[in-house]
Amino acid sequence: MRSLLLLLALAWPAAAEVAPDRAAELEHMVTQDCGSCHGLTRKGGLGSPLTPEALAGAEAEGLATIILDGIPETAMPPWRPLLTEEEATWIARYLKQD
Amino acid sequence: MKRAFVMLALCASPLFTSPALADATGDLGLVIERATGSLLVIDRSDHAAVGRVEGLGDLSHASLTYSPDERFAYVFGRDGGLSKVDMLERTVVARTVQAGNSIGGAISDDGSLVAVSNYEPGGVKVFDAGTLGLVADIPAEGKTIGLVDVPGRRFAWTVWDTGEVFLGDFAGAEPQITALGNAGKNPFDAVITDDAHTYLVGLFGEKGVTAYDLWSDQPEPRKFLTDYGKTEEDMPVYKMPHLQGWAFTEGQYALPAVGHHELLWVDRASLEEVATTPVHGQPVFVIAQPASPYVWVNFATPLNDTVQVVDSRTHTVVATLNPGKAVLHMEFAPRGAEVWISSRDDNKVLIYDTRTREKVAEIAADAPSGIFFTARAHQPGL
Repeated sequence: MRSLLLLLALAWPAAAEVAPDRAAELEHMVTQDCGSCHGLTRKGGLGSPLTPEALAGAEAEGLATIILDGIPETAMPPWRPLLTEEEATWIARYLKQD
Repeated sequence: MKRAFVMLALCASPLFTSPALADATGDLGLVIERATGSLLVIDRSDHAAVGRVEGLGDLSHASLTYSPDERFAYVFGRDGGLSKVDMLERTVVARTVQAGNSIGGAISDDGSLVAVSNYEPGGVKVFDAGTLGLVADIPAEGKTIGLVDVPGRRFAWTVWDTGEVFLGDFAGAEPQITALGNAGKNPFDAVITDDAHTYLVGLFGEKGVTAYDLWSDQPEPRKFLTDYGKTEEDMPVYKMPHLQGWAFTEGQYALPAVGHHELLWVDRASLEEVATTPVHGQPVFVIAQPASPYVWVNFATPLNDTVQVVDSRTHTVVATLNPGKAVLHMEFAPRGAEVWISSRDDNKVLIYDTRTREKVAEIAADAPSGIFFTARAHQPGL
């Protein structure tokens, strides 16, 4: 079991920072709640596309900041009340690696 | 038995084919299963799922409208897909991917035209309701929202990016498009009142709602509710409110306060705010229970496991229900006896008796969102 976890951690660095059950919740949140504006397939909607191609030029840290603090004067809200910094970084990497 | 058939055959007029065993569609409906791109066909009277239609593409933020005979549904998908679904055969009879990204649509009052509101490329496209052949293509300077049918084979829509409002008349050979001025900053949705008198545009980029009198020959923007909630800091908006199904009751509009845990009550004639009701979370849908003084409200994530019932006479919450996780939509039986509520994360549609407010049945559905009964076919604006 431990070796499996180690293997997972090596294969997917982002997963090391949040517990697996929380990761499943975050994945669900990305699909459903982010999907409300960015599309279930993340090809965009009221919000911009979040496909790996669309995010290719963006750093995960910068994306995490946007997730946490939102973009003023737009419909992108700050998710800081609902997410930790580690979780936001996990989501940013998840989006880029997907 | 055979004799009965012969007699029926003799009695039947040769002018009519006789679908003697066909279902009627009057108490059918569709539930959008957003994750799987499918529609669940439900029978309202039987509290049952009776079929499923698949292959509709990306149905996140999907909606639909019905043909006047309630035989066909026009389904508007996020991926720009416009599909025509046969309620009896439970098949997709026509489909066109008409844009890259779309948000909703409407059917003309005579049932002859279907219009789609598009994000990418922004604009409105109008199709023949029979064939889904393109009739008109009206580009816009941004994402179009709040597309509604207006009597006389017309549609109205609004542009998110610019705030412009348009009225399109498709009764003649060439479409006549009239600009109705500017509603305000970043309109997020719009709705037409049940009497087709007022087009109401909700604003996200600034406080307020803009009303247009569509019975006027020259409708002009009239802004109201421009300072609600100004004494408190706005909260982050995790889900845009939806205005279709906005409650119009007791001579009032019941409106969702954007960024606040409140309903706003506005006098329909004067457009003055008459009351506010503190509620469980940020309202998403505020829908009037037909033939009653009540409105039902659901809420944005993360407070979306709750539904509240508010009395429009006293502006107080009279019931708080917990139907399930991630409640996305509510649809009333046309005469108000029941409400069907979708719980996305419990994979269920829950049916409540509106008089007892007790659950009477539930139906399994795959990540259900919008619920649409065929009775919508006969309501302007739906």
